[in-house]
Amino acid sequence: MSVTIEKVDLSLKYTAYYKQVKEELFEGSSDILNDQRNKAFQSFVMQGIPTRKNEDYKYTNLHPSFAPEFAFVHSRTDEEANLQEIFRCDVPQLDTTLAFVYNGWFSKKSSAIDRLPEGVILDSLENISKERPELLSKYASLANPDEDPMVAMNTAFAKDGFFLFVPKGVVLDKAIQIINLMKGSSDLLVTQRNYICVEEGAKLQLLLCDHSENQNNYLSNSVTEVFAGSNAEVEFYALQNQHNKATSIHSVFVEQQRDSRVTTHTASLHGGLIRNNLKFILNGENCEANMYGISFLDKKQHADNFTQVIHAKPHCVSNQVYKNVLDEQSTGAFSGRIHVVRDAQKTNAFQRNNNLLLTDQATMQTKPQLIIDADDVKCSHGATVGQIDEEALFYLRARGIDEDKARLMMMNAFAHEVIQEIKLEPLRERIDELVDKRLRGELARCHECSYGKDC
Amino acid sequence: MLSIKDLYVSVEGMEILKGINLEVKPGEVHAIMGPNGSGKSTLANVLAGKEEYEVTSGSVLFDGEDLLDKAPEDRAKDGLFLSFQYPVEIPGVPMVNFLKSAVNEHRKHKGEKELTAGEFLKLMREKMDMVDMHPNLTNRSVNEGFSGGEKKKNEIFQMALLEPRLAILDETDSGLDIDALKTVANGVNALRSPERSAIVVTHYQRLLDYIVPDFVHILYKGKIVKTAGKELALELEEKGYDWIKTEN
Ligand SMILES: Nc1ncnc2c1ncn2[C@@H]1O[C@H](COP(=O)(O)OP(=O)(O)OP(=O)(O)O)[C@@H](O)[C@H]1O
Ligand SMILES: [Mg+2]
Repeated sequence: MSVTIEKVDLSLKYTAYYKQVKEELFEGSSDILNDQRNKAFQSFVMQGIPTRKNEDYKYTNLHPSFAPEFAFVHSRTDEEANLQEIFRCDVPQLDTTLAFVYNGWFSKKSSAIDRLPEGVILDSLENISKERPELLSKYASLANPDEDPMVAMNTAFAKDGFFLFVPKGVVLDKAIQIINLMKGSSDLLVTQRNYICVEEGAKLQLLLCDHSENQNNYLSNSVTEVFAGSNAEVEFYALQNQHNKATSIHSVFVEQQRDSRVTTHTASLHGGLIRNNLKFILNGENCEANMYGISFLDKKQHADNFTQVIHAKPHCVSNQVYKNVLDEQSTGAFSGRIHVVRDAQKTNAFQRNNNLLLTDQATMQTKPQLIIDADDVKCSHGATVGQIDEEALFYLRARGIDEDKARLMMMNAFAHEVIQEIKLEPLRERIDELVDKRLRGELARCHECSYGKDC
Repeated sequence: MLSIKDLYVSVEGMEILKGINLEVKPGEVHAIMGPNGSGKSTLANVLAGKEEYEVTSGSVLFDGEDLLDKAPEDRAKDGLFLSFQYPVEIPGVPMVNFLKSAVNEHRKHKGEKELTAGEFLKLMREKMDMVDMHPNLTNRSVNEGFSGGEKKKNEIFQMALLEPRLAILDETDSGLDIDALKTVANGVNALRSPERSAIVVTHYQRLLDYIVPDFVHILYKGKIVKTAGKELALELEEKGYDWIKTEN
């Protein structure tokens, strides 16, 4: 019973809040964003904040995450003098075009966007939706508020985020790195809406890093839409590295046109509660979609990866490899849905989820779901939940390698399969290093920042 | 060097070794032969420190110290080496990292300076030549996709790198072609010295032509039922184990 009451209370709280700040939300925003707000909010109210009763959130109850008295950031705040000063993530030799999103707001001032090639746009969504609404209406249509309450909430509250456009045939030789920085003097709920469009034959490597300062409760609810035109190539890396009081809900929607290739890597190195929704629609023949995920959890951390691939056209390949290392009382979940529609013949769809439990208290839920309406397809899925291979451990120890180090080698080996797929070499090396640190029990954080004992 | 006294060992409540006594002195080579399932690998694994084997009574001293008390890694660093009958594949752990860690752990233990990457590679190449190992193998994960013979060579390669004082070879000769057998034997013989000893578990007299033992023991149903010189191996080759089985 208490759950129901809490549910009503929480929804009422956010309903009341929406009414209270409605004017602020509409103010300064483009029509294209404002037109959706009320409807999306109604949808959010109908669906409510998800509990385990919601089929798609079966393994993640978001209620506790929404309980704190959050402050929102509904307008661009005075920008910090220099975000690059606050953020010193040392990814050595990672020669990227660096941009910042600060509490959900794109920071033009701190971003090095003037050096981008001709025609490439990296700007604030607020700006672009006012100045170039045609760009948005052309592509933005993937995230449906009625299918997910968190998308609905995002659509109702979102005012900014980044907008990235790579025009036809442009190949970015430098990766773009976007730092999502959260910093506040109180508990903060951050809404961020991003659009990425990579046109026909264009090529993009994008790295998103989540980062939070100060020991507050943070809740980040972001929605990112990615459009890959025909023959486009996109590598999308998300590096999630937050403290234990942070909840991250990331929903990424990807549409692929024919002959395109999109690879996503989701590396969850640290965070209190992480929910990643990753939904692909392969909307042209000959597409390739690769989805990799690795997470390392300890204490009471929770990570839930929810993927969906819709094979809407024939001759496409999708490949998912998700791995979790769970220590202490951490909990993890993986749900992977593959839907092959009737005419999508010659589909190849693979999915694998491997999990390493380091303690008896850690738990992992894994749920594959295949919906196959075509007859000439190759699909496979597999999941394992296991401990470290004792035979292998003994072999290493019998050569003089002590137990802790041998375990570390084994855990690194487990993660290696996913990490080796990272094509951005300095990033791969950096993640290797972070993973090693993480597994040693040191914080996988940039050396400049420290959260103290709570992490 | 190694002194096993009245050793009883069980696995999952089943008694496998039933009172083993064995003395290995510095410089000696002991061969252990015996029918399948008699407990040879069990003995080897217990000496290396595998935890699933329960020592119910008896003692093992290595250099006068209680061996059974020590962790597997400490036994290894003290100079005990087991060449596994079935080396395990460890996908994702690169050979080079593994070997370098092993060598440097040994060096640290002896109070020597750790090898740099360059120094290690040089040492590795030298030993690889010695056991005629294909250089490509060190670019892979530990034993991953190695053929049966390559796995065995890899064991001897590791032995050559770690230079143990007591090497226990559990059927290292099985699955090797004639040339490889000689190479492996050469690898073992290269380590022979008045301070180093070996226990060679084998089913075939052939290996003992190359690694000439001082003693041959027959292990049967968890006990050493016969000990003699190298001529015992020849006798077994001729007569098989039937006479041992009827006597015991
Ligand atoms: N981990 C284990 N669990 C259960 N039984 C075991 C285990 N290890 C060994 N045994 C049993 O102990 C007995 C001795 O096995 P062991 O491997 O020591 O024999 P072996 O002399 O090395 O034989 P082979 O010549 O075939 O290699 C066998 O009956 C075997 O099945
Ligand atoms: Mg055996």
